[in-house]
Amino acid sequence: MAATGIFDMPSYVQSSYLGLVWLQLEVSLGATLAGLVISLPIGQLCSRLPKLYPATLGIVTLIYSIPSIALFVLLIDYTGESETTVFIPLTLYTLAILVPGVVDGIRSVPRDVLDAADGMGYGRIRRYLTVELPIALPTLMAAVRVAAVSSLSLMSIGATIGNYGGFGDLFLLGLRFFDNRLIWVGLISLLVLSVLCDLLLRGAQRLLTPWARSLRGAS
Amino acid sequence: MITFENVSKRYPDGTEAVAELSLEAPDAAITVLVGPSGCGKTTTLRMTNRLVEPSGGRILIDGEDIRSRPVAQLRRGIGYVIQHAGLFPHRTVADNVATVPRLLGKDRRAARKRSMELMELVGLDLAFADRYPHQLSGGQQQRVGVARALAADPAILLMDEPFSAVDPIVRKSLQEQFLQIQAEVGKTILFVTHDIDEAIRIGDKIAVLRKGGHLAQFAAPRDLLEKPADAFVEEFLGLDRGVRRLTFISASGLSLHTDALVKQGVEPTAGQLEQPWLLLVDDAGTPIGWIDPRSPNAAPIPIGHPFIAGGDSLRAALDAAVLCPTGWAVGVDEQGHAVGVVSQEEIAVAIREAHRASLEAV
Amino acid sequence: MSLFNYLRQFFENPSYHSGYDSIWTRLVEHCQYSAVALLIAVVIAFPLAVLSGHTGRGDGAISVIAVVGRAMPSLGLLVLLAAEWGLSLSVTMIPLVLLGIPPILLYTHAGIRAVDPAAVDAARGLGMTPWQVVRQVEIPAALRLILAGLRAAAVQIVATATLAAVVSFGGFGRYIIDGLYQYDYAQVVGGAVLVAALSLVTLFVFWLLDRLLVSPGLRTR
Repeated sequence: MAATGIFDMPSYVQSSYLGLVWLQLEVSLGATLAGLVISLPIGQLCSRLPKLYPATLGIVTLIYSIPSIALFVLLIDYTGESETTVFIPLTLYTLAILVPGVVDGIRSVPRDVLDAADGMGYGRIRRYLTVELPIALPTLMAAVRVAAVSSLSLMSIGATIGNYGGFGDLFLLGLRFFDNRLIWVGLISLLVLSVLCDLLLRGAQRLLTPWARSLRGAS
Repeated sequence: MITFENVSKRYPDGTEAVAELSLEAPDAAITVLVGPSGCGKTTTLRMTNRLVEPSGGRILIDGEDIRSRPVAQLRRGIGYVIQHAGLFPHRTVADNVATVPRLLGKDRRAARKRSMELMELVGLDLAFADRYPHQLSGGQQQRVGVARALAADPAILLMDEPFSAVDPIVRKSLQEQFLQIQAEVGKTILFVTHDIDEAIRIGDKIAVLRKGGHLAQFAAPRDLLEKPADAFVEEFLGLDRGVRRLTFISASGLSLHTDALVKQGVEPTAGQLEQPWLLLVDDAGTPIGWIDPRSPNAAPIPIGHPFIAGGDSLRAALDAAVLCPTGWAVGVDEQGHAVGVVSQEEIAVAIREAHRASLEAV
Repeated sequence: MSLFNYLRQFFENPSYHSGYDSIWTRLVEHCQYSAVALLIAVVIAFPLAVLSGHTGRGDGAISVIAVVGRAMPSLGLLVLLAAEWGLSLSVTMIPLVLLGIPPILLYTHAGIRAVDPAAVDAARGLGMTPWQVVRQVEIPAALRLILAGLRAAAVQIVATATLAAVVSFGGFGRYIIDGLYQYDYAQVVGGAVLVAALSLVTLFVFWLLDRLLVSPGLRTR
């Protein structure tokens, strides 16, 4: 193979470097977002009805423990070898991080603050949007960060069922075609992307919660 | 005896927690270290079992420098009780209490037996032995903490605000029981508190510390109240210093009127009808209420609360008199049966007498 | 349900009943890789975490390691090391161990830091040596979180061991990878279900350990 620039992909990769970045972000962050949308109502329900929580937690933990490759391949029968086959398990995995994140976030809102809001005549929705969510945000955002970084990393295993692993594809292709450079590129790109996402989300967290700046952020 | 010789503690950032402290905590007595926050009382306590090392001076226990022995050995001979008990959550109550005996090599059975003895001593139901700390209330946990500190029968007990984290009612009962235990075991105790009332209530000698770790005064509670060393101590003692002094004068010197007592159903005598107030008692002698002899059939006026004639202080008597709507105090015996009554005025005379006597004693 | 059919097909296939490709052989391989990796990860991470938890230092380093551990793709690490250092069992074990370390560090450190400071102070004051404080107070009190960390590590290792098949090793992952390349979907399903079952068994084992080892005094719920 002729010496090529870092970002030049060999033809068998079937995608450009930027294409891989885009795919990686689209699926991983998409799954994280989908997970969040599902977790918010579930978490809300669990904090309202505490008896549900242990069972719910048990289920999502169970799902999380199943190796991703197993879930990916089992879904092939239903969704074929496609992005969706990777997307659905990734979303399910984020639940194990985000449902506890939502519940802990809600629990972190002090009871007397809620009472004060009620006392001032806030309606349910207004209280949720302007009081509960902002206070729960730091805890929630910490969980979102963890979920995002995990998803980015887990997605690479999707390469085993076709080329839906984002940078993960480079691992297997590099192995098959004896191109170590490709493996390095994939690994480092993924790590850099993860760090960037983590930093970006930390930044977003600080922007959204200016009052928490003096406190040590949850990690 | 615990001797502090010019003990000081300075931290690397320059803060001086304790400054050249010298005092002697006598044997078999409770020495209280009291002062505002930042006065170094806890630091001083923790230097005694080397949880904090002094920067200067030395601390001697019965003449021996505490640094002369290995630190774990030193600590196992000293009981340590702290504010939030610090019980081991993963161990049962009995196992918690047995901690030091086990460290010293006692076998399980002997240690458990000892735990039971101590649980009885501190007033804990033996049924708690195999329960876990989280199942106990705050007051109960503190008792376990005290039992644990006493388990290896140390000569010295260090107590760091042990009763501060419980509510006032529980605190009072813990203090009283603690004094009873001390009467039985007679340990040399260093007790830290920020509450001057607690210090006066339980201390045999009190060391008042100023911010920055300076000793302002070291005296018995009565002397502290009568002759505070400076303005700081005076202010720290608070405004009702005078009334509180009365806690140290017994009410047994008061002569009580026994002729004002009228049994229920019995007609008052002519002489009794001359009295300003009559005390109605039941057959056993327990007071029911006050009667105005001029209208004997009106409902009795409640007595408020009585004082114990033989044992209580002048302060209790005065308090009882002030509380009662009639301005008279009812003296009862240990069983609650009325012994006699005394008026506010008579108590005031007694107070003046006591003051004169203490001046003459100087 | 066709998944059931595939599964039945898999279990009825005699080539998986004995021999080098038998379910039992693969199970033993998978368990061996996982157990050894977990053991090594514990030996490395546990003492470090206990030390940092006890002294209270290393919070920052441990956070960083946790993030790196989370971001590190297991497949990428496996493939990279195999490509650079060759296909040998010891090389393949390295990613398994490395990925098991962060959960143990994180949870054990957090567990020990979360022990009631008053209890630790009392332990010292009553005359326990530092080692006794660690062994008799900090570790038992932190046991729930310590076991949670071990469980997370075990789950991670079992999953990564599955992927070891990509670089020619055995275990249940072998069925998945071979099945994918041979377009033998029954094998794929068989492998996936076996691996899922093994993970659930792992969870169960740790649930059991929690019930057996953790003092009732720590169960406040």
